[in-house]
Amino acid sequence: MAAHRCSRSAVLLFLCALSLFIVADSQETASNGGQRDNNAVDSPQAATETAERAVEERRWEASEAEAAADRQDTSAAENELPASVPRPKDDFQEELVIRPLHSGDIYASFQFRTVWETDFMKGNKVSHYRLFPKSLGQVISKFSVRELHISFTQGYWRTMRWGQPYQPSPPGAELWVWFQDSVTDVDGTWKELTNVLSGIFCASLNFIDSTNTVQPSASFKPLGIGNVTDHRFLRYATLPREIVCTENLTPWKKLLPCGSKAGLAVLLKSEKLFHSTFHSQAVHIRPVCQDWECKTTSWELRQTLNVVFDLHTSAQGKREWSLFKMFSRTLTEACPLASSSKIYIDVTDNPQGDQFEVSPATPLLSQAVVLGDRRTFSVYDLTQQITFGTVRSLNLLIRWKSSEGDMLRPLLHAERYVAGYGLQTGEIHTLMYNNHPYRSFPVLLLDSVPWYLRLYIHTLTVTSKGKDNKPSYIHYQPSKDRVRPHLLEMLIQLPPNSVTEVTVQFERALLKWTEYTPDPNHGFYVGFPCKEESSYFVRVYTEPLLVNLPTPDFSMPYNVICLTCTVVAVGYGSLYNLLTRSFQIEEPSPGLAKRIANIIRKMRGVPPL
Amino acid sequence: MGLLSDPNRRRALISMLTRLNAPICVVCYMAGVAWFMGLAFEPFTLRTYMSENAMGSTMVEERFPSGERALATGREFSAHKKRAGGMPVDWLVKTMQARGLEVFTQRFSRTLPFPDENKERYMVKGTNVYGILRAPRAPRTEALVLSAPCTPGDNNNQAVGLLLGLAQYFRNQIFWAKDIIFLVNEHDLIGMQAWLEGYHHTNTTGMDWSPLQGRGGSIQAALSLELSSDVITSMDLVLEGLNGQLPNLDLANLFYAFCQKIGVLCTIQGKLQRNDWDSVSGYSHSVQTMMLMVMKQASGRPWGDHGLFLRYHIEAATIRGINSFRQYKTDATTIGRLLEGMYRKLNNLLERLHQSYFFYLMPSLSHFVSIGYYMPAFGLLAVILLLRALDLWVQLATPPPRTEDGVPDTEQMSSPGVLSVLTPLVISHLTGAALYTLPIQFQEMAVEHFPVSETEAVVLTAIAVYTAGLALPHNTHRLLSGEGTEQGWKVLKLVAVLYLAVLLGCTALINFSLGFILALTLVPVAAFVTPHVPKVLSAFILVILSPACTLLFSVFFFQELQEVPTSFQEGWLLYLSVISQGILDHFLYGSLVYPLIALLVYPCWLLFWNILFWK
Repeated sequence: MAAHRCSRSAVLLFLCALSLFIVADSQETASNGGQRDNNAVDSPQAATETAERAVEERRWEASEAEAAADRQDTSAAENELPASVPRPKDDFQEELVIRPLHSGDIYASFQFRTVWETDFMKGNKVSHYRLFPKSLGQVISKFSVRELHISFTQGYWRTMRWGQPYQPSPPGAELWVWFQDSVTDVDGTWKELTNVLSGIFCASLNFIDSTNTVQPSASFKPLGIGNVTDHRFLRYATLPREIVCTENLTPWKKLLPCGSKAGLAVLLKSEKLFHSTFHSQAVHIRPVCQDWECKTTSWELRQTLNVVFDLHTSAQGKREWSLFKMFSRTLTEACPLASSSKIYIDVTDNPQGDQFEVSPATPLLSQAVVLGDRRTFSVYDLTQQITFGTVRSLNLLIRWKSSEGDMLRPLLHAERYVAGYGLQTGEIHTLMYNNHPYRSFPVLLLDSVPWYLRLYIHTLTVTSKGKDNKPSYIHYQPSKDRVRPHLLEMLIQLPPNSVTEVTVQFERALLKWTEYTPDPNHGFYVGFPCKEESSYFVRVYTEPLLVNLPTPDFSMPYNVICLTCTVVAVGYGSLYNLLTRSFQIEEPSPGLAKRIANIIRKMRGVPPL
Repeated sequence: MGLLSDPNRRRALISMLTRLNAPICVVCYMAGVAWFMGLAFEPFTLRTYMSENAMGSTMVEERFPSGERALATGREFSAHKKRAGGMPVDWLVKTMQARGLEVFTQRFSRTLPFPDENKERYMVKGTNVYGILRAPRAPRTEALVLSAPCTPGDNNNQAVGLLLGLAQYFRNQIFWAKDIIFLVNEHDLIGMQAWLEGYHHTNTTGMDWSPLQGRGGSIQAALSLELSSDVITSMDLVLEGLNGQLPNLDLANLFYAFCQKIGVLCTIQGKLQRNDWDSVSGYSHSVQTMMLMVMKQASGRPWGDHGLFLRYHIEAATIRGINSFRQYKTDATTIGRLLEGMYRKLNNLLERLHQSYFFYLMPSLSHFVSIGYYMPAFGLLAVILLLRALDLWVQLATPPPRTEDGVPDTEQMSSPGVLSVLTPLVISHLTGAALYTLPIQFQEMAVEHFPVSETEAVVLTAIAVYTAGLALPHNTHRLLSGEGTEQGWKVLKLVAVLYLAVLLGCTALINFSLGFILALTLVPVAAFVTPHVPKVLSAFILVILSPACTLLFSVFFFQELQEVPTSFQEGWLLYLSVISQGILDHFLYGSLVYPLIALLVYPCWLLFWNILFWK
């Protein structure tokens, strides 16, 4: 193998997640709650309930943060549920939302929701499982989990092209868990939990350890009910290097009541799902209210899968999509266990049908507020036989009429990069764009950087529009070598129509030789959420970063060891010897006769010979 | 080392080294030169081989079909370029967007320290356009770059056309694991410098650029494409980058492997490879190829747009299409397939290119000389300096036997010793600093007082300062410290020789070619110069072997190697322009050759000059 390539190699390490939350009062906040539900329906065929349900479901993201508020508001959507009389103990709903994107790409978002009226925590062992997957139920009760969110994502959500996603997720794996306050050894439980989840989802979650786990103090508030917000019970970790593939999809599908045998899940064929530009699958578990009074809680399991198909690679450039083209399957039935099974198509941008046409056409329409935007959806109810028509199969077709695909200017987006060159220092730049013409947004930034990038926190600067932008809240936890990462949380106000730049310099640490990954010349990654609360909540993740660390040449350790030892032993050793030894001419020892003569001479007082 | 611990044997060794010093030095010099010439002899070199596993065994297929369409795009580009009178930014943005890329632009401007007469530019303003092909299901952590310069005139239109054609074809493929950035840069290296500085958010040369809006993570490799004709006869690979940096040898291997696979003639330094290594002409051919590489590397300038990537630890090379009178022609589709193959293999990389050599010379595209083979040639030259230093040290340490009153003599020689060494050192370095700063500082004044252009003013000032430096040191030295002593010059020479040894050693580690060429001329000077040699002849030799004359010879030699021999007149003009280019390279791109010569090598040479005129 080649010699002399030392010094130039590098390690790719992960910077961990950088999250950004936006907390803001939107204008729509005022017209929140009840009003929103009132103007929800305008389908001619009086599909009121359907629409209402849609509102509730679509608004799911939006409503998380305000779950509590909603409860007090006694919103119409929540009222709807108890109305559907004798409720089964558990309930399963499936839905697919398709949004044709301006760029010509298409975004499909699956959501499978299981709600179960049970309590894992109340001592009595739950042993009978129907719709709720047993493997997850056992995890919840064994580890006293209050809330669990896990996502596996392959690819990066391109906000500039696609707008905001329904469920944001960072590249790689992300896991955040709230534990019950009864847990005493949170770190130990967390460690065990990650190992168990690693087995369940066939993923490398067991690589989550203290060096990439953080406890955010202000971000990642619980989404379900409950008022414990002591962040000692929160653990958050990301694994940006995690590659997501079929082996993660299969266990995920097995959690579904119908598996991939019936219902919307038949569309989930891995050869098509992984022939896409973005793939993200997630599991969210949280406690929710059983009814509007919220006296008892039930557990909600939400499995989501988001996928974006590309115009150029999947559609050969034709702006025409169908279920068959996307998934190489059509739908023939709903999952028999599902209480609701629907497909929604986002037609907000297509009010007159001049942008694209959808066939078969549906008379059902519904409206909902998603991410602060009022969206209109066409609804296909799979539980109705009429949806499948005479051919007994549903193959939705969306054909674009216009063909422009400009870059969007999303209100909020962010990017991140490493500046500088060389293997000693560097600078992390995080850019946050607020494209709103007159509103400013408060943003909560979460940044978790591994210990081997030694942040110089005194170099932290936040500037917008060329001026210093002082964060109103900063929480910084310095790293400890080989123990924990840096954690930086900041509340920053983004002025309208501006770019805010956060920079911090770092030094690259030299790792111990056993600490390098098997591919030391690769690198590390970062994600980052951004959320907005009240009326809506946006979480934006930046791209991970790939940072090279100084790396020794691992390909020739034997040669290097031999050479170094030789140089040290021969060169240095003898030079040292020469420099420290004092040289003297050795006197030959005098003979016996001479010595005796000298003694005599000494006695006589004569100088010796 | 046991040899040295024994005082008797040490004495014997040292006396042998001092007695045989001159013959050993001569032998070492000859051996060094012979070793270097032997490097080009094929049986002594290694065949290139792919070290990177990710690029070796994995087979890729090349299917790029639309070379003709790419050429048509190139013609369209040329028409728009003519209409816009420069970079057709809007057209490029629209075209790239239509191909499904995320397109961004970057504006930059730069005022040169003095007008560049070769490229006729002074105040440069331009725009870079780049489109990013986002890899499906990749999180924007890694990227590859394909760039083509937008040059004025009719050059390079085909390169841009092919770049856009490849972008379109690549966009429809699913297998990309790294983002691919298609960059069209204006004003060649200046645009590239602006883009790279913008991408890495650094500013080393004081250029103005607008920040980049889109990025693709850390760039793993880059290729720059230059293509000015519809068909070509061969592809030339250019490796030499800024400050003599070279990309990883695997990049060259990759190019060579694909040229072999697809059947495209490939050259390095514009020279085809020959099979008759055992004949004299075959050997001289490979010597020429290697010497061209050495000369180019020693110049420290980027020899293609790729050259600036290397500073950022991005492996990069320029691929240049050459259309000569050969019968066999290659069309654009084949070049497209070549590039497709290379990018697909680079896409397969799991780590940065690091497996193969970063320090090498190439006597042909299929053979290379690694650092372990060429360093002894330099080592043999450098050891001469150490031997001379040892000799001087011994002479200084043993008191001269003829002086009887040894005690006052040593006092005499040690007290002026410090001053007599320090003064020339300081003065020669001040001269060097003047050589570095004055040409740029005084260009305006020179233009006012003499009928010359700015560029000529800079170059002529440099030459004037250089020449003036020859008069300075020994005169001032005489003023300051009176008569020099025998011991004085020996101490000074000892310092100068060691200084030169360190200087050349460091240079050779960073840029072997530069270090070797400097050693070739400076080592004899350092070895033979004393105040007792015939003055006129030695002064002549010293001037001939000075750095400036080395550069002059190199210019002629380089022209000879490129098979465009020049007359003395042309050569002189070329020499002047080379000096101005060297200064510009330093200020524009941060090339280190000019400051190295002006601030270190030239003062060091002045020390020897000083010794020659020691009184």
